Amino acid sequence: MPEKVRPKGLTRRQLLSRSTAAGGSFVVGAGFLAAPNGAWAMETAALKPETMAALVQMARDIYPHDQVGDEYYVIAVKGYDTADAAEGIEAGIAKLNAAAQAAGHDSYLSMGWERDRVDILRAMEDDPFFQQIRGGLVTGLYNQKAVWPIFGYEGASFEQGGYIDRGFNDINWL
Amino acid sequence: MTAPFDLSDDSVVVVIGTGAGGGVLANELAQKGVSVVALEAGGRHLPEDFINDEWDSFGQLAWTDPRTTSGDWRVARDFSGLPAWIVKSVGGTTQHWAGASLRFQEHEWKAATTYGNVEGATLLDWPIDAAEMDPWYTLAEDKLGVTRTGDRPGLPGNNNYLVFEKGAKALGYRDVHTGRMAINSDDKRDRLMCQQTGFCFQGCKWGAKWSAGYVDVPAGEATGNLEVRPHSHVARILHNEAGKVTGVEYFDADGNLQMQKARIVCVAGNSFESPRLLLNSASSMFPNGLANSSDQVGRNYMRHMTGSVYAVFDKPVKMWRGTTMAGIITDEARHDPSRGFVGGYEMETLSLGLPFMAAFLDPGAWGREFTTALDAYENMAGMWLVGEDMPQATNRVTLNTDVEDQHGLPVANVHFDDHPNDIAMRNHAYQQGVAVYDAVGATRTFPTPPYPSTHNLGTNRMSENPEDGVVNKWGQTHDVENLFVSDGSQFTTGAAENPTLTIVALAIRQADHIAREMGAGNI
Repeated sequence: MPEKVRPKGLTRRQLLSRSTAAGGSFVVGAGFLAAPNGAWAMETAALKPETMAALVQMARDIYPHDQVGDEYYVIAVKGYDTADAAEGIEAGIAKLNAAAQAAGHDSYLSMGWERDRVDILRAMEDDPFFQQIRGGLVTGLYNQKAVWPIFGYEGASFEQGGYIDRGFNDINWL
Repeated sequence: MTAPFDLSDDSVVVVIGTGAGGGVLANELAQKGVSVVALEAGGRHLPEDFINDEWDSFGQLAWTDPRTTSGDWRVARDFSGLPAWIVKSVGGTTQHWAGASLRFQEHEWKAATTYGNVEGATLLDWPIDAAEMDPWYTLAEDKLGVTRTGDRPGLPGNNNYLVFEKGAKALGYRDVHTGRMAINSDDKRDRLMCQQTGFCFQGCKWGAKWSAGYVDVPAGEATGNLEVRPHSHVARILHNEAGKVTGVEYFDADGNLQMQKARIVCVAGNSFESPRLLLNSASSMFPNGLANSSDQVGRNYMRHMTGSVYAVFDKPVKMWRGTTMAGIITDEARHDPSRGFVGGYEMETLSLGLPFMAAFLDPGAWGREFTTALDAYENMAGMWLVGEDMPQATNRVTLNTDVEDQHGLPVANVHFDDHPNDIAMRNHAYQQGVAVYDAVGATRTFPTPPYPSTHNLGTNRMSENPEDGVVNKWGQTHDVENLFVSDGSQFTTGAAENPTLTIVALAIRQADHIAREMGAGNI
């Protein structure tokens, strides 16, 4: 996992012992958010940890890639965890939760099926909050060099001399 | 060797822009001993500066000064502030272009005559023809080192091409090959040979692809007759009481307004900036803008009928490896109205990296329909569709006086509505592109909407009669004898082919004309 989302000085044991129950596939504690298995964790600065958890889930629901770990979605949205952005994000996630509750759920994160969460998102896809998050993800998620290998994309090649001797025409199934 | 010319030197030719038109014109004039000052809004970027990273390169090279859009084209919705993906750099968009170098077909010089009356289209014949252009095309092909012309062999086919070729042949297409490319295919030339790196759009780090930025500009500077001033944004062209242009005002690198005198001014800022500059140069003598007595400046904006087809297969392709656009099917480029439209289109291989694929495959789309396409990125092949679009008087560049750029100048608004012929051609091209990939066993195909335009044409068009266009057969404005247009904005019609070779050929021809007329004392 990327080093930058792991808070320094917090061991997996401490992390899990400090966590509280939360919906979805996250553990949420006082000022932090983590994977249930402790594989990654982040401290939040301006957003409530449960808001960040919902935001990460929302990011995955917008651009779901089952082979891409949560940590990359965390990196894609952690830029919103600032004093300037927090108010808008809290309001946006509150709207998501209100819509979930209107549909008979406790919260957005508590909805077990992706299709139910996607129904909520479809209903608000023209909302500026949704468009802000979706638009930001186009670069926030797909321009992370660490996710490129998951898709097979090889990135820069000049430093290796291009592909002239490295398979530019190596297709073998035609 | 760079020649420093004085701001008050009124013997120089001022060239505005250093791309395929301006960069070539400046060099060709300098080679003939003409003193040239070239003003370029962008900075210098040489092969060692280019970046093998789509977004970082976009940040380095793209023209991102404000522009606005209107009309029914999808670009106005998805990329409202970015009507074009073109470049602000010494060398202009030749830094970014893919290198496809095709001559117009003979009938495309005479679109009005060939296609007849097309409702809603403002078709016009060019005042020049294929025979007139033949020697200039040959000079352009030699300058650019175009493969499959002269003694230059074709490039080898990469994975993306091999899929494309197999599908094309299965479908019965006959004319499929790795293109006529301004990219060196052997090591016998001045520039290095293509190393199949990909990233042609991000600037060729080997310099194997021709660019005015690192080929023509330094060659012109080496003569001692050319001074290029980067970071110089021209605000206005000045004229005297006799109606002749006398110089230009420009913002220099420090944002200070300077005035360079000139004997002749040549405008080559691309099809948005060139009409914008003429319109921003309005005066009491030319209230509708310079060279605009016809009211044609900014009109008949063309961007080619474009679109892409991507396809997913059950096995890897790795389309990003190797030359980005070295693959073409020309069978559909003919004029054959039985297909339901006039004019024709080319099919050319194309790949995007993962970051740009995410941005351009289906802008605004989300959810699994979209993400499962990207999941198969490694198994994807791609092609670009490029064909002749219809000029329309209402497709035009105007000044948006509500929005100013960093210099306080009104920006260009770009209005575009598809013509029914464009839509019919695009639908046909999508169908044929999908068929090519289906013939190789595609499991899923994507008829992908047009990107922000790279082929921007026609907003100062060439015409026999002054009332029909802005410039004559030499690119000289009908209204002002020492004012020329030297870029793709002078295109009368767009033809099906990628425009750069024609822009270069016209610039070489125009340089010959200007030097001759200067020598004769006519201008």
